[in-house]
Amino acid sequence: MSAIDISSVSKHYGTTPILHEITLAVAAGEFVVLVGPSGCGKSTLLRMIAGLEEVSAGQIRIGGRLVNDLPPKERDIAMVFQSYALYPHMSVADNMAYSLRLRRTSEPDIETAINAAAAKLGLGPLLERKPKALSGGQRQRVAMGRAIVRRPKAFLFDEPLSNLDARLREHMRVEIKKLHRELGATSIYVTHDQIEAMTLADRIVAMNEGQVQQVGSPLDLYDRPANLFVAGFIGSPAMNMFPALYSRHPGRPTLVHAGLSLSLDDDPTLSEGAPLTVGIRPEHIAVGAGPVKGVVDLVEPTGLGTIVHFTLAGIALKAFSLARPVLTIGASVSIDLPAHRLHLFDAAGGRVGR
Amino acid sequence: MLRRTLYWSSHYFLIGLYVLFALFPLFWLIKVALTPNDLLYSEGIRLWPSRTSLEHFRFVLAHSEFPLFFRNSLIVSSSTAVSVTLISGAGGYGLSRFSFRGKPLLVSLMLITQMFPLVMLVAPMFRLLAPLGLTNSLTGLVIVYTAFNAPFATFLMQSFFDAIPKELEEAAMIDGATRFGAFRRIILPLTLPGIAATGGFVFTAAWSELLFALMLNSSSQASTFPVGLLSFVSKFSVDFGQMMAAGVLALIPACLFFLLIQRYLVRGLTAGAVKG
Repeated sequence: MSAIDISSVSKHYGTTPILHEITLAVAAGEFVVLVGPSGCGKSTLLRMIAGLEEVSAGQIRIGGRLVNDLPPKERDIAMVFQSYALYPHMSVADNMAYSLRLRRTSEPDIETAINAAAAKLGLGPLLERKPKALSGGQRQRVAMGRAIVRRPKAFLFDEPLSNLDARLREHMRVEIKKLHRELGATSIYVTHDQIEAMTLADRIVAMNEGQVQQVGSPLDLYDRPANLFVAGFIGSPAMNMFPALYSRHPGRPTLVHAGLSLSLDDDPTLSEGAPLTVGIRPEHIAVGAGPVKGVVDLVEPTGLGTIVHFTLAGIALKAFSLARPVLTIGASVSIDLPAHRLHLFDAAGGRVGR
Repeated sequence: MLRRTLYWSSHYFLIGLYVLFALFPLFWLIKVALTPNDLLYSEGIRLWPSRTSLEHFRFVLAHSEFPLFFRNSLIVSSSTAVSVTLISGAGGYGLSRFSFRGKPLLVSLMLITQMFPLVMLVAPMFRLLAPLGLTNSLTGLVIVYTAFNAPFATFLMQSFFDAIPKELEEAAMIDGATRFGAFRRIILPLTLPGIAATGGFVFTAAWSELLFALMLNSSSQASTFPVGLLSFVSKFSVDFGQMMAAGVLALIPACLFFLLIQRYLVRGLTAGAVKG
């Protein structure tokens, strides 16, 4: 297993810039997830690491070795594709053996390797089938088996679970995490699903518009998002956001918006009247007890909890409560927005305060 | 209910009429080829002669230059099919998988070449090939036919390669294959029907080509069978029986090929239409 170092890597197609000076160090054995909306450049970055796209500027090192000009086959990495990319005219066993045969491994060794991988992934009874006779989840496991058999320096995953239904995706997520624990493999995983990112990653790299927005552990990004993008992208239901002005006039730091006044715990030392965006996660809004009153618009019971849509001082907000409050549409309800749960972002979208 | 039956029966009736119309010349060809000389004019116009005979076939095979023409056609058509398949296979793969500067220009040029009526190109072709010694030669014909068929075949091949997802080669390259290795071991087996169809299509196109075979060759040594059929006319001053027999013999490879590849041909052409 090797570390992967990405230094100031940029990419453009003609004059269109795709990635801007991405720098990232992945430690050996670490599971890093690149997450972001479609078009943010995460798949392009992954393909550049794999050698399927040219690097416009910057350097990529795998295990300390500069790989910019090396073709994919010399980089000793394995990739799992979103569409699985299984060879349709070969059986499962042949699919897994293909890379070993290319390396002229002896047949007995190939058989041992295939059987070991098949045992880990439960593919034993499927070895002689062709891909078209397999279900989506089975194909996904064959794709992973094909990668494991090679014992590469690193694994690259390109949205491997996107083609599976929700239940299967949950199951495969667990399988992937267990596999990573067993193999200790350096892995880079691309997804647009923030739940996958949160549950699988040792570290998350949140990307948007070709730039890294924040790098950190999943809970780092959840508890202390560095900017508006990360705040709104991570977490479901998404964080509530509304504009407010910073004021110190009542004597203590306060956020003011259209009649709503929220006092803050500490003083982020901003200029008087500074425009801010305030964020608070739905699960941190207390419903039923609090100093302000909102009007209930909509109630969504999810079984696990209830999402309450309400309006407060002209702002539409969502609260998530595990307590199953009994509410009627149009009724007035007490709301608390605890000061220590507020996230503050300046006019440029960057985090201020704690 | 009645309207539906009426619709479908008139539908099939019209199709039947058209099939009759299209196949009738072929039927007539075979009928005349099997009619012995003494009955050819004396019996008038009948759907089938009272007595059939293979004398024309025997004559054509044993006493005319037809076997030579047939051999020439076989050589030219097979060589054209092979060279076009190789060239347009490579070109189609390139168009399908790579994007490069000048690609739109290249594609437009290839499309434009298809717009020229072939008759316009006879004289320039002659001027080009004569100094090179490629007139009156099978090689010259192969070169000309390859040049004419390559653009169309390239687009056909491109549509076949487009149907295979790029990830398959990428997976193979990551597994350790070179791009060519991935092409040979993964892509080729999957596109073989399409490639065979293109090859068959080019074969039949070259097989029945008359204009350039006539214009570029003056000796019978290098003539293909369509040219040979023409010379039959002057040689025997319309000996229909023998000409028809030669025609039937010449049609056999073309019909066989089409029979074999027609399923793939339809699939390939419609795949091209959808992908655009």
